[in-house]
Amino acid sequence: MTDLDTFRQETRAWLEENCPQSMRSPFKSDKDACWGGRKFQFQSEDQRLWLERMADKGWTAPEWPTEYGGGGLSREQHKVLLEEMARIKARPPLNSFGIWMIGPAILKFGSEALKQQHLPPIVRGEIRWCQGYSEPGAGSDLAGLQTRAEDKGDHFIVNGQKIWTSYADKADWMFALVRTNPDVKKQEGISLVLFDMETPGVSTRPIKLISGESPFCETFLDDVRVEKDQVVGEIDKGWTIAKYLLTHERSMIGGFGSTAAGQKTLSELAVGAVGLEDGKLADPLLRADIASWAIDSIGYELTAERAKDEAKSGQGVGNVSAMLKLAGTELNKRRYELLVAAFGSEGLLWEGDDRPAGALPQQWLRTKGNSIEGGTSEVQLNIIAKNILGLG
Amino acid sequence: MQKLVLTEEQQMLKDAARGLFSEQAPVSQLRKLRDEKDPLGYVPEFWNQAVELGLAGTLIPESHGGSEFGHVGMGQVMEEGGRTLAASPLFASGILGACALMLAGNDSQKETLKEIAAGSHLMALAIDETGRHQPLRVTTRAEAQGDGFVLNGSKTFVVDGHIANTLIVSARTSGGERDEQGITLFLVDPEAEGVSVERTIFPDGRNYAKVQLQNVAVGADAVLGEKDQGAQPLQKLLDIGNAHLAAELLGLSSDAFDRTVAYMKERKQFGVYISSFQALQHRAAHMWSELEQVKSMVLKAFMALDANDEQASLLASAAKAKASQVAELVTNEGVQLHGGMGMTDEYDIGLYMKRARPVQLLLGDFRYHADRVASLKGF
Repeated sequence: MTDLDTFRQETRAWLEENCPQSMRSPFKSDKDACWGGRKFQFQSEDQRLWLERMADKGWTAPEWPTEYGGGGLSREQHKVLLEEMARIKARPPLNSFGIWMIGPAILKFGSEALKQQHLPPIVRGEIRWCQGYSEPGAGSDLAGLQTRAEDKGDHFIVNGQKIWTSYADKADWMFALVRTNPDVKKQEGISLVLFDMETPGVSTRPIKLISGESPFCETFLDDVRVEKDQVVGEIDKGWTIAKYLLTHERSMIGGFGSTAAGQKTLSELAVGAVGLEDGKLADPLLRADIASWAIDSIGYELTAERAKDEAKSGQGVGNVSAMLKLAGTELNKRRYELLVAAFGSEGLLWEGDDRPAGALPQQWLRTKGNSIEGGTSEVQLNIIAKNILGLG
Repeated sequence: MQKLVLTEEQQMLKDAARGLFSEQAPVSQLRKLRDEKDPLGYVPEFWNQAVELGLAGTLIPESHGGSEFGHVGMGQVMEEGGRTLAASPLFASGILGACALMLAGNDSQKETLKEIAAGSHLMALAIDETGRHQPLRVTTRAEAQGDGFVLNGSKTFVVDGHIANTLIVSARTSGGERDEQGITLFLVDPEAEGVSVERTIFPDGRNYAKVQLQNVAVGADAVLGEKDQGAQPLQKLLDIGNAHLAAELLGLSSDAFDRTVAYMKERKQFGVYISSFQALQHRAAHMWSELEQVKSMVLKAFMALDANDEQASLLASAAKAKASQVAELVTNEGVQLHGGMGMTDEYDIGLYMKRARPVQLLLGDFRYHADRVASLKGF
């Protein structure tokens, strides 16, 4: 038996013993996810226990080094863990911008002190992070951001406004891009800083979206004190890290195009809603549209897989994350348009606990943001045209 | 799970094929064949070189004179051939002919594989009877007579039909017009009495034929596989054929795209290169993104075929569907972005469009395969 087989056996046994039964079913809604943090209210003792047990093994951040609380797993072992979790339909124990975004950036660019300070609480789900990137005047032109950080010796005083901060009202800490030097080329005067959301001068206001929900906030920064030891990487060199993080974010948002394990596929849902005639979806034009979507979906999944495999083998072109973000988000938007079409008027019921398609109208509207957040589809097309095709 | 990247050997084969096609079968060769109305439709010297390189036997077992290099390997050759629009009997003979014999042939029929690998025996698959591909709609009849059969009917869109040494013909031995049961595959000598083969001319300047069968008598040994059970190996053969056509479409689309991007970088209007216009940049970026999806799907389909994976049919159909859709996009956009030059015969970009359409239609276009994907996925 190979080491990986042994690992699989042990993992399977451990999950069998430690994953609570109620954590072995797909999320019914986004509200079922565990986000951790100081303000988080666990929905059940099982949810708390599941996070605690996984965090003890470092398996909330499986590939991070054990010295910072991570699982220390290899990529292959991580894959086995995910497969074994999928086998029993185990829920992810923790959703976390700390694990997905700022953690990897601190690991790659941060000082040893920052790693020691921030990574273990991220792994344990104790601190919830939010991202302060966009500003009212800096969306697609992110490098044009205006939030100022004035040098006061051992600290900065930060003034400005951030927007589209996901869950800022629920977060404990923010990682933010600020202008530390206004006198140089716009990309060269930006720093990435970390601060506690309870610092005086930080306030947030939720933004109500077309879906009626408010996952994003405006964040106001008025004379906020940020210690200099909370700069990730070098002062004025934050744009490099920002781009690295945007790549991460693009992969994550692009991943919304995938149908998660255990989730019903578009065609299964459509069959449930419309029915079959002679083995074919009863509406021929809808069937054709869904078939076309299914083909593109296969293409997207395989391209994401190939991009990973090529990266491992040192082949392929860079900037593929732009293409995957573009393809994945456009695919997700189409998926929801087709779901609305498949359920018909029943799919647009805005309220009620017994709606046949659940919160479909809200989810459908939420997807419209996929091709805006993390860089619009148009920005992705610009990146492909300029960086890959050399058009200019 | 197998990684979605080429092995070193597969990459070497791809590089060798690219060298061969770009040096020995550039687009100008196809142009010449077309302009001269060449009776063969390919250049024998080039075919000999391809055979010497072992390309005709890529899929054939070593015991029968091939290199048994698999579909991923052969797919690289098809893709590279697509880039230069190379005309050769490789698809009809080295892929469809060879695989038909490997899938359904008996030992004595498989003896022909050696000659296929050596490039000396050419095969052609005669299954379509209507303009749109419907492989199970077979009205050509094969009636038992003595030990053998008598065939009557007609076939169309037969690739390399007029140069083939053997035709593989689907005919009905029982059942109704569209039944899966009752289709039998026959090996037919085009020189036999009652067979007439007429070459038809298409926009791509390549070889297709109409085949008429009038009271063609064949022996029992002409049956390829089992009587009445031809649909199953045929379907498998079509999966293989479609994956390779998807690879050819990928190659031709990639080259049409490269030419278009190159043109955008050299054509000036309003005092600037047209590549500086964002409206055009986005169209190019979209095409590139679509081509990347095709690349992944084609590679995965070949890997599934090589591994005899149960998903192979789905993946082959999905790959052909997407490759067809993207080839249509890229060749149309290619002509449009070349402006007036794209409408001239002098520029090669038009040749790519004219090759793409027949390949898209061959063995089923986007719509045919989208329908099949839906059926295979249960909706």
